[in-house]
Amino acid sequence: MKRYIFYALGALLLILPIIGLSTYMMHILILVIMWSVIGMAWNLLGGYCGQVSFGHAAFFGVGAYTSGILYSRLGLSPWWGLPMSIIVVVLFAFILGLIVLRLRGPFFALATLASGEIMRVVSENWVDLTGGTVGILIKERTWVEKTWYYYIILLISVATYFSVKKVIESRLGYYFVAIREDQDAAESLGINTTLYKTLALCISAGLTGIAGSFYTNYMGYIDPHVAFGLHDISIITIMIVMVGGVATYLGPFVGALIMVFLAELIRSIPGLGAAHQTLFGILLIVIIIFLPNGIVGDFPRLKRLFRR
Amino acid sequence: MVKLEVFLQTLIAGLLLGGLYALIGLGMTLIMGVMKIINLSHGELMMVSMYIAYWMFTLFNIDPYISVLIATPLLFFLGIAIQRYLINPVLKVESILPENQVILTVGIGMVLSNLATIFFKSDYRSTPVSYATKAIYLSDFWKDSPIELSLSFPWAFSFLIAVIITVALWLFLTKTDTGKSIRATAQDQDAALLMGVNVKRMRVLAFGIGSGLVGAAGCLFIPIYYLFPSLGGQFTLIAFVITILGGLGSTFGAITGGLILGIFESMTATYLGMGWAPVGRFVIFIACLVFLPGGIASLLRRRRPG
Repeated sequence: MKRYIFYALGALLLILPIIGLSTYMMHILILVIMWSVIGMAWNLLGGYCGQVSFGHAAFFGVGAYTSGILYSRLGLSPWWGLPMSIIVVVLFAFILGLIVLRLRGPFFALATLASGEIMRVVSENWVDLTGGTVGILIKERTWVEKTWYYYIILLISVATYFSVKKVIESRLGYYFVAIREDQDAAESLGINTTLYKTLALCISAGLTGIAGSFYTNYMGYIDPHVAFGLHDISIITIMIVMVGGVATYLGPFVGALIMVFLAELIRSIPGLGAAHQTLFGILLIVIIIFLPNGIVGDFPRLKRLFRR
Repeated sequence: MVKLEVFLQTLIAGLLLGGLYALIGLGMTLIMGVMKIINLSHGELMMVSMYIAYWMFTLFNIDPYISVLIATPLLFFLGIAIQRYLINPVLKVESILPENQVILTVGIGMVLSNLATIFFKSDYRSTPVSYATKAIYLSDFWKDSPIELSLSFPWAFSFLIAVIITVALWLFLTKTDTGKSIRATAQDQDAALLMGVNVKRMRVLAFGIGSGLVGAAGCLFIPIYYLFPSLGGQFTLIAFVITILGGLGSTFGAITGGLILGIFESMTATYLGMGWAPVGRFVIFIACLVFLPGGIASLLRRRRPG
C-alpha cells in the first residue's frame, strides 16, 4: 500500500509540467523541490549524524558561486558548475570539517554559523573574484520556460533521495546514528567518529552545493546576501527539517512544501508580508515545543490528537 | 611619529570598545555556564534594550545613561519570562536532537528582530546627545606632548559604567549567597541540588541577569552607535566569539576575551579597512578553536599549581 502511494506520488511529479500549470506554480514547485534537496542534505548531517549545522548557507553559497565564477571569470556555461560544485564544495567541507568537527553540540552549531558568515563577508570583500555586493548575473538564460529546470531539479532530488536512503541503510547509517546517540560510546566501540563525521559533512555539503549551483542556473543572479544568507538559507534549512521531521526520509519534502507555500502565502497577503519572519519564528517555537520531531516524526501523535 | 599616534589611538579605541564587548560577553557566558545552552537571541535582546533607551530619549528626553536603570530591570524580567515560558518547557520534551533549545532561541531572536522592523521600520536611528562629539585631548594636560591623542567623552563614560557594572557583578557572584549558588549551579548541577541550592530558580535568575547585563550594554552602546532592527545578529556572534575566546562559562575569560576582540577589531579596521573588521572577528574565533580550544580560562588554569 505504502509503495503504491510512493509510485503514484512519483508519477504525479513527473506529469505535473505536462498538465499545464502556470509559470508561477512551476516556480513554486521548483523551489519546493530545491529546498527539499537541501533539507535532505541537512538531515543526513543533522538528523542522522546529530551534528546540527547552522551554516549550510556556506555550502549552498560556495556551490552557487562555483557556477557563477565559472561563468563570469572563465566564460564557461554555468551548467558546468553542477559537476564542478561537487568537487569544490566537498573539498571546502573537508577543510572546514578539520576545524569545526572538533566541536560538539551547540559549539559545532555556532562554528558552522560563523563559517557561513565568514564566507559571506569574504564574498562581499573579494571583489576581483566574486564581484562583491554587485553579485553575478547570468546574462544568457538556457531556457525561458521552466519545464526543463523542473525536470533537472526533480532528477537531482530523486538522486539525492536515493543516495541518502542508501547511505542511511548501509553500515554508514548505523555509525551515524550511533554517533548521534552517544559519541563517546561510539568511539569506545571502535567507530572512528572523526572519519564518519567528516564523511557525513562532505556528503551533506556536496548535495547542498549541487542545489546551490542549480540555484545560480535557475535564478540567473546571485549576490552574497542571497547565496550566503543566514536567515534566508541556513535557518530556513533547519526550519524545513524541523517542521517536516528530523531523521525521516519524507520530512524534508513535507517541510519544504509547507515552508515554501507558507512563505508565498504570507507574502501575498498585504500588510502581513513584513511579518513573515515573526510568523516563521512563532511556527518554529510552536513546532519545537509541541512537535519536537516534526510533522512526519510525530505523525502518530498528531493522528491521536485529531481522533480524540 | 604619525604611525605611533595612529597605533595608540587605535589601541585606545579598541580598549574602550572591548570594555563594552566584555559586558555583552559576560551575559552570554553566565547563561551558558548555568543553563548549558547558547542563547542565540542575545544580540536581539540588546537591540530591544537599545530601542527602550532610544524611545526614552526621544519621548521623555531621558539620557541613555540614566536609561540603564530602566532598561536593565525590564530586560531582566523579559529574560525571566523567556526562560520560564519558552525554554523551560522545551527542556522537558523528548526529541531526537538535543540542540532544540538553541534552535528555539534562534526563533525568539527572529521574532524580536522582525517585530522591531514592523514597529519601528528599518531606519537607522541614533540618539543625538549633546555630548556626542565632546572629547578629551592629551594636549589639554600635557602642553608640548610629541603626539596628540583624543578620548571621546561618550566612549570613555560608557566604558567607565561598563567597568562599574562588571565589578558589581563580580562582587555579587563572589560575595553574596545567591551569587555563590549561581556559581555552584554552573559548576555542577547535581551537586548543587544535593547541597540544597534551588537549581531551577538559579537558572531562571541566571537567564534574567544575563539579559539584564546585555540590556545595560545596549544603553551604553546607543550614544556611540546607531540602531537598526537587524543589528542583533552581529552582536550575538560577537558575544559568542568572546565566550569561546574567554573559555566557556568563565567570567574572567569573558572580560579578557572582550578586550582582546575589541582591540583586534579596531586594529583590523584601521590597517585593513572597515569591511574586513568582521573577518578579523572570525579569524580570532577559528584560531582560538584550533590552537586554544579551552580559551583563555584554560591558560589560567594551567598556571595554577596543582
